[in-house]
Amino acid sequence: MFHRFANPARFMAVAAMILPWMTALAAGLLLVGLYFALLASPADYQQGETVRIMYVHVPAAWMALFVYVAMAAASASFLIWRHPLADIFAQAAAPLGAAFTAAALITGSLWGKPMWGTWWVWDARLTSMLILLFLYLGYIALSQAFDNRERGARAAAVLALVGMINVPIIKFSVDWWNTLHQPASVIKMSGPAIDPSMLLPLLLMAAGMKAYFLVVVILRMRARLLSRRVQVLKLLAAET
Amino acid sequence: MRAFVAVMKRDLRLSVRQGADAATGLMFFIVVVALFPLAIGPDPAILGPISGGVLMVTALLAATLSFDRLFQQDFDDGTLEQLLLSPLPVEFLVLAKCLGHWLTTGLPMIILAPILGLLLNLPAVALGVMLLALGLTTVTLSLLGAIAAALTIGARRGGILVALLVLPLAVPVLIFGVGAIDAAVSMGSSRPHLLLLGAAAAVAAALAPWATAAALRQAMT
Repeated sequence: MFHRFANPARFMAVAAMILPWMTALAAGLLLVGLYFALLASPADYQQGETVRIMYVHVPAAWMALFVYVAMAAASASFLIWRHPLADIFAQAAAPLGAAFTAAALITGSLWGKPMWGTWWVWDARLTSMLILLFLYLGYIALSQAFDNRERGARAAAVLALVGMINVPIIKFSVDWWNTLHQPASVIKMSGPAIDPSMLLPLLLMAAGMKAYFLVVVILRMRARLLSRRVQVLKLLAAET
Repeated sequence: MRAFVAVMKRDLRLSVRQGADAATGLMFFIVVVALFPLAIGPDPAILGPISGGVLMVTALLAATLSFDRLFQQDFDDGTLEQLLLSPLPVEFLVLAKCLGHWLTTGLPMIILAPILGLLLNLPAVALGVMLLALGLTTVTLSLLGAIAAALTIGARRGGILVALLVLPLAVPVLIFGVGAIDAAVSMGSSRPHLLLLGAAAAVAAALAPWATAAALRQAMT
């Protein structure tokens, strides 16, 4: 299915069509989600109002992992099938993934202070998320370290695949090691261990962040394609 | 097999004859370890418990410094291209290079480690476990370093970039290695940590050559 969109021109057309709707969707979901998260949901019986940090923290952490997996999948399809848009997607997504990871770490730290009494503990989940942030930064640094853009894209794609080893470690770190960070409570075999009044804003925020990610990634990909076209046009103008 | 041995012998001979490179890494290892008592204070009661971690982190940094001579020189003078054209599969070429790298950086550090452990007041009971953990860790590091070194061939600021790429990947190895030493110091069982460390080394030995070979081929096109 993806090879149909391997044509940059067709991608630009589809992107132009999707973008306004996706922007409206992202803004709507985030606004409604924030309303439910900050005003229309109950405070936790143990944590009080601080529980509202969850509605930013958890979706950001989900996105941090989701973006990495998407980036690795795009890198694989770039290396295997030479998909011309895959590397542009991966490089456009990397700073966003790094930002989501940083947001998860920062909100987690703000949440940890009132709940655990400390900004930071060297717990398995926190440490592995920090490594994920370093992986994102390493990917960005590597992709920009070469004079030849193509070479940077390929090296970074290999690195993204190598870094995939870390993803299951993060996902299952709370199950493998008994640590301060609580285990998964939404995606479980026995159904979510969270009240519907809190699950709704959480899912709204998660969907909103995903839509936001798509909007920004499309914008960034478009900018990259356009700047490449400008380069080619300049070269052509210089030759004639 | 003959080609495998030849590649390894060549790397060993190069590092022996240009002795300065390998020796600098070792000097770095010794000097940095010596810095810790100066910064933290010479109290044996403080140094003893942290000595395992200090040795591990310093070994990690010293190894990181040496990765850029794994491929960069061979790439610059064209040897790497000839090696890739040889009938030896690239994955085995990478393994031979890693083995050569370990013999010239990992092994000397392991030989020096007991003396440095003495300086840091490492409890004698933990010595054997420390050597075993350091051995497994340096093997894994040589393999991980090969990936990063191959990815950064021809990059600007290659050396710092290698460190940025290797260190996050090396964190699990560091955790298990220090865990093993700590368990030995506190008379616990270090067996599970050593087993995990061994598993990490085995996985790295199986997968790293493929990733490095892919990176080398990308660097050549």
